[in-house]
Amino acid sequence: MKTTKSAKAVLLAAVLLSFAGSALAAPDDTQIERGHKVYAKWCFPCHGTGPGKPGTESLRQRGQNPAVLEERTDLTAPAIKQFVRHGVLFMPMFRKTEISDADLDAIAAYLTRNNKK
Amino acid sequence: MRLPPGVSPNDFSDAIKQWQAAVGSDWVFTADEDVDLYRDAYSPVWHEPEEPIPSAAVAPDSVEQIQAVLKVANQYKIPLWTISTGKNLGYGGSAPLLSGSVVLDLKRMDRVIEVNEKNHYALVEPGVSYFDLYRYIQDHKLKVWIDSPDPGWGSPVGNSLERGGGYTPMHDHFDTICGMEVVLPNGDVVRTGMGALPGAKTWQQYKYGFGPYVDGIFSQSSLGVVTKMGIWLLPEPEAYLSGTVMAWKRDDLIPLIEGFAHLVNSGTLRTTTTIGSPLWFGLPDPELDPLRASGSVKAMEDYGARKKIPYWTIPLPFYGPAKVVAAQWQYAKRKFSSIPGVTFEDGPSYRFPLSAEELSKIRDTVPFGIPSLQIFSVISILGRESEGHIGFSPIIPMTGEALLDALTLFDQVHRELGEGGGAFPVLSSFPRALVIIYLLPITRDVEKNRRTREVYRRLIKEAAARGWGEYRTHTTFMGDISNTYSFNNHALRHFHETVKDAVDANGILSPGKCGIWPKRMRKAQA
Repeated sequence: MKTTKSAKAVLLAAVLLSFAGSALAAPDDTQIERGHKVYAKWCFPCHGTGPGKPGTESLRQRGQNPAVLEERTDLTAPAIKQFVRHGVLFMPMFRKTEISDADLDAIAAYLTRNNKK
Repeated sequence: MRLPPGVSPNDFSDAIKQWQAAVGSDWVFTADEDVDLYRDAYSPVWHEPEEPIPSAAVAPDSVEQIQAVLKVANQYKIPLWTISTGKNLGYGGSAPLLSGSVVLDLKRMDRVIEVNEKNHYALVEPGVSYFDLYRYIQDHKLKVWIDSPDPGWGSPVGNSLERGGGYTPMHDHFDTICGMEVVLPNGDVVRTGMGALPGAKTWQQYKYGFGPYVDGIFSQSSLGVVTKMGIWLLPEPEAYLSGTVMAWKRDDLIPLIEGFAHLVNSGTLRTTTTIGSPLWFGLPDPELDPLRASGSVKAMEDYGARKKIPYWTIPLPFYGPAKVVAAQWQYAKRKFSSIPGVTFEDGPSYRFPLSAEELSKIRDTVPFGIPSLQIFSVISILGRESEGHIGFSPIIPMTGEALLDALTLFDQVHRELGEGGGAFPVLSSFPRALVIIYLLPITRDVEKNRRTREVYRRLIKEAAARGWGEYRTHTTFMGDISNTYSFNNHALRHFHETVKDAVDANGILSPGKCGIWPKRMRKAQA
């Protein structure tokens, strides 16, 4: 069990870091606003603030700081897409009838809005 | 190109083209990267040869489009696997039972057609999630509650058809169904109950209509595609009061469950509960764990008395007028007070609607009609390292004796088979019966999953030998569990097969669902 856990943590960190330097086109406000709405519907129940948010709690337990995705400034679009389309730990992958490619682009725009340019 | 079983590449290509014409090319998925999104993230056979992988997915947006999809499937005898929101995790998710099936994804059909505040019901499509329905109710400021299962991303239609459960007085979800619209495999559209009467004014208010009541044959079944469903809602109650009964000896469970059964069957308590045993299967405790392993009841009871850890806890949640719920809790205390040493804990209690401040402090909002995903935190808090879980869920009699038998059996099987690892039981109830949801972890480790399946199959046999059967299961075990419902040489399954062959002559809908195979595949699966 412990080996699996460590391997997961390394994988998680590697995926995040491997995309950390990706260049990003600046998203426009409309795209960010759309991303905010899609995030509120699909991501907030697990990754939001407040009690009973298992995604936030899991990331906190794994030392991710801040644990709330909306507060991060180091997420990248490829990493976000990797997690949404492939899942990680108890987070399942999401189908295109749930989150379309366009919606996923918008989520990425929203979650990377505060990254240093 | 992945192919459905027994379908030629040419026929499948033709079918795909016709589906694209019917629903739009954006909503027919054939690329591996798109179709793989339909794999079961919590599969106990993940990445093993027996993992069922779909060949494609098609996502219609209307009854007419579903009819067109079915027509093509009939023409080429292509097996379909119907999903609503596809979040049936632990029971198969959005993946089919038969590899190569095409997933009929109803997520786009996500319209809330009506929420009625006067008679407290909703009429919804299958792609509507509990979150969606809750948002609709909030946006329209309606004074009705939904009863959500633990994860709120599921579908009221799908969960009710799978006979799932929640926590409020509407917790038995199949029982809340009132009227369905179903597209049969031949494309006919049927409305059940009062819906069969053109212009019916009471489709969501009286379940049975006239003549045989057929709603049940569309639950856990493969006989039609449910496109609309009426579900009853709860009028927002005035108050909630929960009290917890705590008992300190192992055998106190017998009078405890007797008292609980009386409260439920008399209508005094209209909900389910979650029976806990902090001593027996509570959080890990270095001093207590060796006593648990020793199986010494006396040693555990002594430890519990010394450390003030009860053997059993039963929370009793009451919903209704404030004075009524207070009286109900007082009555319950009187009922249980004959158990030597029993203690009670009052609260929490709330008046509705909850204030924003109250809401911000409540970890689990599901008992208050507010869907959430917090259940996944429970697994996280318990330190379970897994990619998911499956539940072994036998229905057992509502008696303390049966519950003790079941828990002893699970302990024993778990010890014998060892490495299944990290399992824990959730003890709940349906009306008149208890259900144990014994959660087993799923990982990406093939060997660990193999052992978990071994544990699961052993539990199925041991439970059946005692006269307990599962109410629902993961697709991997549907055949195993169907085999245990074998009275009179599997007479019930033969009946199901007769109906299946009559209604779905080409065997296109969800082959293998709950152990029922269409005629053309039956021999191969026997």
